[in-house]
Amino acid sequence: MYRETDIIQTIPGTDEMVINVGPQHPSTHGVLHLVLTINGEIVKKVEPHIGYIHRSIEKMCESLTYRQFIYSTSRMDYLAAHTNNHACAMCVEQGMGIEVPLRAQYIRVLMDELTRIASHCLWWGSIAMDCGAVTPFFLAFREREMINTIMEETCGARLTMNYNVPGGVMADIHPTFQQSVKDFVRHFRSKIDEYDELVTGNIIFQSRLKGVGKLSKEDAISYGCTGPTARASGVSCDVRKHFPYEIYNQIDFKEITHTAGDSYARYLMRLAEMRESMNIIEQLIDNIPEGDYLAKTKAVLKLPKGEFYSRVETPRGELGVYIVSEGGTTPYRIKFRSPGFSNLSALDHMTRGHKIGDLVAIMGTLDLVIPDIDR
Amino acid sequence: MNLKQYFADIFNGVKSLATGMKVTGGYFLRHHKEKITEQYPDNRDTLVLAERFRGEVVMLHDENNEHACTGCTACELACPNGTIKIITKFDISPEGKKKKAVDTFIYHLELCTMCNLCVEACPTGAISMANTFEHSVFDRSTLTKQLNKPGSKIRAGVE
Repeated sequence: MYRETDIIQTIPGTDEMVINVGPQHPSTHGVLHLVLTINGEIVKKVEPHIGYIHRSIEKMCESLTYRQFIYSTSRMDYLAAHTNNHACAMCVEQGMGIEVPLRAQYIRVLMDELTRIASHCLWWGSIAMDCGAVTPFFLAFREREMINTIMEETCGARLTMNYNVPGGVMADIHPTFQQSVKDFVRHFRSKIDEYDELVTGNIIFQSRLKGVGKLSKEDAISYGCTGPTARASGVSCDVRKHFPYEIYNQIDFKEITHTAGDSYARYLMRLAEMRESMNIIEQLIDNIPEGDYLAKTKAVLKLPKGEFYSRVETPRGELGVYIVSEGGTTPYRIKFRSPGFSNLSALDHMTRGHKIGDLVAIMGTLDLVIPDIDR
Repeated sequence: MNLKQYFADIFNGVKSLATGMKVTGGYFLRHHKEKITEQYPDNRDTLVLAERFRGEVVMLHDENNEHACTGCTACELACPNGTIKIITKFDISPEGKKKKAVDTFIYHLELCTMCNLCVEACPTGAISMANTFEHSVFDRSTLTKQLNKPGSKIRAGVE
């Protein structure tokens, strides 16, 4: 067949050849290595090779205590560190039977939704860049910067927050938090319309995405896709709706689904999610109840013997945390079910028969974060 | 009908491009009013960092060069990366009792991930996070720091 070290290799007896995209390639958003079998411009097969940024976080967690292991999950999906920490903290709370104070639940949900907007902002900038437009990237980063500043004020860090601890959150919200979030939502409501004007209606952008990378509902289910990728194909899979955690069952919000299943549906899906996140934030921001932000817990956390699973909806889909405990202070085994890994597995199916340029656009709409796939 | 559709498509396509160009053109005309880029090294004097920003671990000393660290090593145990190493000694109090105290509080900034777990674990509030961020050095050995100042001792009354 072919050797991976060869950049281009022809397959004898056919017109097809094998080329490597990545691991160092700007369009793969990280160290993802794709081995393409192409016939001219037509993609025949895509083989993702992963492992270039594997840090064995799951194995590392086995030697860390239940308080310590949460920080390392910030490094998985670094654009949604807060939701990762949230899933881990929830799993430990479930095992310990810790009741989280209502105030902490509100703060956690607010932070989750802010994270979702920040992550989708970055995605919106990068999908436009993948399709050849550079301006949107700067516009998206301007809004993302505002959220990063809010995170910096309250959590103390911009990306790797480590704000969730078992039992609540690490610190109370900053006195200016509510005002800055309200300012941000007001600002972003006008700017997201500008996003639509600039990119959504654009004829070049539409013809790059419409009808490209179709994923049927059945395929989305069988590949295990979650998040906006699956909801754009009509699969109703929002964890916030179906398995509500924290206070999501008291919030009035819609689960957005599209039926087209193409790249454009996935694009519209995420824009609509940003608007829905703003609705959630507006409902909560004025009603944060008074009280403790952290429940009283023992100094040393010991999970009882057994298996615990918790899941949250991250910007990319469902993140599951599975802890097997032997009753000690460290987990016996931890498994993270990351959304990016399953969504990536559908890439081959979606890309076959399309042009190489479309591969980049399809990968963009999947919103892949490579450290989340590799862990 | 097809011809009509053809020209309508062209018209709508050009219109959509013009709509986008309007946004870009708007920014071109008023960009000087809403500059958001920070000229970092030049604005160091006016740069305001969030007060909670986690830049490095420091030990708080008061004006008498006294700190609140009892050398209990709770932070050392809480740290996931082995960033903190505490060497303890035994102080002899005036009554002749032996008491454990911190001799050297070693902090490896190069290993630290600023997760704040040590500050959370400290029972006496002796350490905290400072919002400094310019940690570049020419030699990595200078990143290993001793946090308790020379000659400092534990504040009276802290147990």
